[in-house]
Amino acid sequence: MARNPDADNAPVKKEIESPTSKYDAEKAASFKVVGSRPARPDGMDKVTGKARFGADMVMPGQLVGLILRSPHPHAVIKSIDSSEAEALSGVKAVITRDDFTPNDDHADVLYNIMAREKALYEGHAVAAVAATSRAVARKALKLIKVDYDILPHVTDVDEAMSPDAPVLHDNIITRGVSPTPTKPSNVVARSEFGHGDIEAGFAQADEIIERSFKTAATHQGYIEPHACVANVGTDGMSELWCCTQGHFHVRQVCASLLGIDVSRLRVTASEIGGGFGGKTTVFIEPVALALSRKAGRPVKIAMTRDEVFKASGPTASSSMDVKIGVTKDGRITAGYGVFRYQGGAFAGAPADFGAMSAFACYALDNVKTEAYDVVTNRPKGAAYRAPGAPMSVYAVESVVDELAARIGMDPIDLRLKNAAKEGSKSSYGPKFGSCGLVETLEAAKAHPHYSAPLGPNQGRGVASGFWFNFGGETCSNLNINADGTVTIAVGTPDIGGSRASMCIMAAEELGISYDKVRAIVADTSALGYNDTTEGSRVTFSSGMAVIKASQQAVTEMCKRAAMMWDIPAEAVTWEDGYAKPSGPNAGDFEPLSLAEIAATAGKTGGPIAGHHEYNADGAGVSFGTHIVDTEVDPETGKVDIIRYTVVQDAGKAIHPDYVEGQFQGGAAQGIGWALNEEYIYGDDGKLQNAGFLDYRMPVASDLPMIDTVIVEVPNPGHPYGVRGVGETGIVPPLAAIANGVSAAAGVRMTELPMSPPRVLKAIDDAKVAAE
Amino acid sequence: MSGIHVSTKINGDAVEYVCDVEETLLDVLRDKLGMTGSKEGCASGDCGACSVTVDGRLTCSCLMLGAEAQGREIGTIEGVAKGTELHPVQQKILDNAALQCGVCTPGFVVAAKALLEKNPDPTETEIRYWLAGNLCRCTGYDKIIRAVMDAAAEMRGN
Amino acid sequence: MRYESPQTVEAASALLAGEEGLARVLAGGTDLLVQMRSGMVEPDLIVDVKNIPAMTSITEENGGYRIGAAVPSAEMNEHEGLCALWPGVMEGADLIGSTQVQGRATMVGNLCNCGPAADSVPGMVAANAIATIIGPNGRRDVPVIDIPVAPGKSTLAKGELVESVFLPARPKRAGDAYLRFIPRTEMDIAVVGVGVSLELDDDGICTDARVGLGAVAIKVLLVEDAAKALIGSKLDDASLKKMAAATSAACKPINDKRGTIEFRTKVAGVLATRAAKIALERANTRASNGGEK
Repeated sequence: MARNPDADNAPVKKEIESPTSKYDAEKAASFKVVGSRPARPDGMDKVTGKARFGADMVMPGQLVGLILRSPHPHAVIKSIDSSEAEALSGVKAVITRDDFTPNDDHADVLYNIMAREKALYEGHAVAAVAATSRAVARKALKLIKVDYDILPHVTDVDEAMSPDAPVLHDNIITRGVSPTPTKPSNVVARSEFGHGDIEAGFAQADEIIERSFKTAATHQGYIEPHACVANVGTDGMSELWCCTQGHFHVRQVCASLLGIDVSRLRVTASEIGGGFGGKTTVFIEPVALALSRKAGRPVKIAMTRDEVFKASGPTASSSMDVKIGVTKDGRITAGYGVFRYQGGAFAGAPADFGAMSAFACYALDNVKTEAYDVVTNRPKGAAYRAPGAPMSVYAVESVVDELAARIGMDPIDLRLKNAAKEGSKSSYGPKFGSCGLVETLEAAKAHPHYSAPLGPNQGRGVASGFWFNFGGETCSNLNINADGTVTIAVGTPDIGGSRASMCIMAAEELGISYDKVRAIVADTSALGYNDTTEGSRVTFSSGMAVIKASQQAVTEMCKRAAMMWDIPAEAVTWEDGYAKPSGPNAGDFEPLSLAEIAATAGKTGGPIAGHHEYNADGAGVSFGTHIVDTEVDPETGKVDIIRYTVVQDAGKAIHPDYVEGQFQGGAAQGIGWALNEEYIYGDDGKLQNAGFLDYRMPVASDLPMIDTVIVEVPNPGHPYGVRGVGETGIVPPLAAIANGVSAAAGVRMTELPMSPPRVLKAIDDAKVAAE
Repeated sequence: MSGIHVSTKINGDAVEYVCDVEETLLDVLRDKLGMTGSKEGCASGDCGACSVTVDGRLTCSCLMLGAEAQGREIGTIEGVAKGTELHPVQQKILDNAALQCGVCTPGFVVAAKALLEKNPDPTETEIRYWLAGNLCRCTGYDKIIRAVMDAAAEMRGN
Repeated sequence: MRYESPQTVEAASALLAGEEGLARVLAGGTDLLVQMRSGMVEPDLIVDVKNIPAMTSITEENGGYRIGAAVPSAEMNEHEGLCALWPGVMEGADLIGSTQVQGRATMVGNLCNCGPAADSVPGMVAANAIATIIGPNGRRDVPVIDIPVAPGKSTLAKGELVESVFLPARPKRAGDAYLRFIPRTEMDIAVVGVGVSLELDDDGICTDARVGLGAVAIKVLLVEDAAKALIGSKLDDASLKKMAAATSAACKPINDKRGTIEFRTKVAGVLATRAAKIALERANTRASNGGEK
């Protein structure tokens, strides 16, 4: 579901799910490899430093590419004079907007990777050079003269929506409002979701709480900056090595922007040093290709950390209003929310996802949400783990927490009483299939953490969260090698250990041991199109394709065994890695192992392989519930996370270590978002903290161990019951921590991050108000 | 600018190179010597992905000029495993699934090894503070800390 | 850009004095390299002082310690005598950056970079540390407080560099402490930093006190009113409260990405109180150990 927000074809959830596959309960009852915790295939290279990431590739004769970026948040680019840079010794190419032809299919992407009429944010690419060394390239950048006409700017979402705000694009006319506006504005679209009659619902409520919330923009914070090496051959055959979550998407977009055939561009996904959604689109890749084409040599571009913060794709900041009504006995009668998200300089803030997931945890008769997608003079956002959901869920779960206190009900009980379950109509339209929210709530309530005593200045917070999950276009190959080993090729870059999961599923299906199977991420020329690694889709979709490819190979191996035994193929079954006669009538033959069949494949019809390509559906929603203990220093406002527990439905954990890892990683990112991370802009519209020092992601000493509970409510749409687990983990923490801090500080926190100055001010203001 | 000739030792091997003044040790390792196990995550000493030891002391190779390596002994991730034999920290990171993307892993290995050489029996808190300069965005640190505690226990012979 | 690695302080001074362009001293390099990478400074000459024996050693002198300007913080914090005598100064230095940064960063680099939030400086100011400066006109000793002027600006003349810092001997009942506020537990620049040094008589009455205050003005401050509030007292709640108020009153902070004026002013007083209590405890522990540790 979490497709790149700038893709125009973001999938619409179908009213009725038609899963591509069905859960096989019998198989699941006797798993041999699934659920085990073997070492990952790429692990050895990663602990020894041999794994090659984006910036680790060297092509013969490669040049250094650097990008000149706008120092202004909003300015007309009147002219660019690069003649002096071009004349500098060692400079092999300089490109600007003039080196790209307009592109209707990817107009915003093109504008974002190289500014056209205007620079729309500080850090917007304006020109690029390729030179023989970094020193020469740096010098060349200084020689490029750009004549700017500086315009007023806006970075705050509420200010950007005001009628007198500076307007970024004169072709943005708000969609989804009636009558259609006559003038352009920064509001790209308004959407509405929900059902029932909220006014009637509020009329039934005994208690209503209405609050406004704000959250700051955050960055995915992957440790590896974007990097790529591009080589455009003299015959136009091109190769691109890059760290990306979706090399097929990169190929598609780059081929289009450069005006070349898709078949002429081969993209190889390097090992990827974190993405979390931030590497689902292109930034430097088309620039490197254009430089290489012009220079006639390979070009490497690696972003600096400063560039990553200023010119990759952070997530939205938000301004939200939430109103919820509840009866004295804890029934939620109505929920209403307005979610205003700014997503940077182009359309595509994940406001719709925010509005859709806001109330997803609740089975409500009356619910309405409104979403506003707003542009500002900030870098164009990209996806970030469950894009849009953490903020809206933070607002809703904060109000739910407050309501529970108001009516004197345990916050988990209130959630249980209203929890979404199989058959309930979701707040965004479709009916839920089998899902595990109730199970996570019950497990959280039963967890020792929930009843452990708290110390002074400590507060406990609870919140639930949701993500849609996604299937998508997928293509995988599986080859049975002559020595009885198996090679899998998938087209979905491995971000968190998915190759291990692929190997587990193939081993399970083939009945062989895990160490006989190896998985690689194949390049774009080796497989059919694969959607990007996003939306928690890989273990579900690529995994299912691997299972189907394994089944195809099994069918073929049974056929080969039948041939060797000279009996009909239907008379052969596959069991625990062996072809066996299906019964006494089929004949009496010694079972043939996969290795034996593979060894003679040349004589029985040639190589044995399986493949599967499809558009996966039935991903199965994912719910989680988090518990957190916080401690607030009443004199400084500093918040410590004392204890943290994640409870989440995984459907079926293929490799439990990596499921836990997703839970823990999501929680840690959520803790950062809740407490300290934020994009800080000055009045000049410039980013003030474009580095790890002042962006303040959690470090090891900031966090406790993060306990995990894997709940397994099988996804009916996957043969092994798998649900994606990557995204949901970041959804509850913002609210859970806000609820904990509010309890510890004795004052409701309504703005993120809850940095010490903000918490201390809230405590002091509350004291003054109480006096 | 003229190049500076540097004679140094890296992972026990005598190495010579010529570098520009402004080139960091990290630049030299990655771009001149092809030792790409040390990663550039920030170039400002805030992420630890480029961790190396200099005369046995842990440091960020992005915060040191290539020229400063003259006469020193440098230890990098490439020298941690002895042939195919992993260091206990490396093995325990694998066993604990203490990596996801793995880009921070070389820095953690070098830093954790340096810790255990100085303090064979660190507490969880000591490990967390020692490694506070190594950012990991994938794992929430949990499994990494457990891996280091396991490695420490194994190295103590427990 | 040139790189020189002289063997004596005098040679280093001569190189700095003789450079017509921009010259920079390279000790730990943890500030300089970051500034160079970001394009903030482009020196014509870099003088690496890590091959100068006088600048890379810690020596005992009259019951105190002389610390070479290129001694990294990690080495200082491994020195038992130093940690016993001036634990507050050492913990200030220990808070600069990560373990990796500790392996390089020096207290004198922290001082000469003249950042108002430099973690090692309030402790040195409270300790009344003396810097020894070598320059074209020879050697001079200057209290640390007199070196920074404003961010990036010091009182060092062209060709001058700090060779070492001297931390004096202490009476039996004396202690110091440094506390800073940061939003995380590590890896941040101080939002406020307070160093407190105390000397007490046998009855536990404070005979001397110094309070250094960082990150709340254009340079690190010595807060004499805060010290006055403590001197003559037993650090009872009333005098601590008075000291906290004096510390807050001395703040002239700005609003920036790290904190607000209101926040810094309030937290300065909070930290001063907490640091004074730690310094007191250390002084008493030291006295009960007969002046050791």
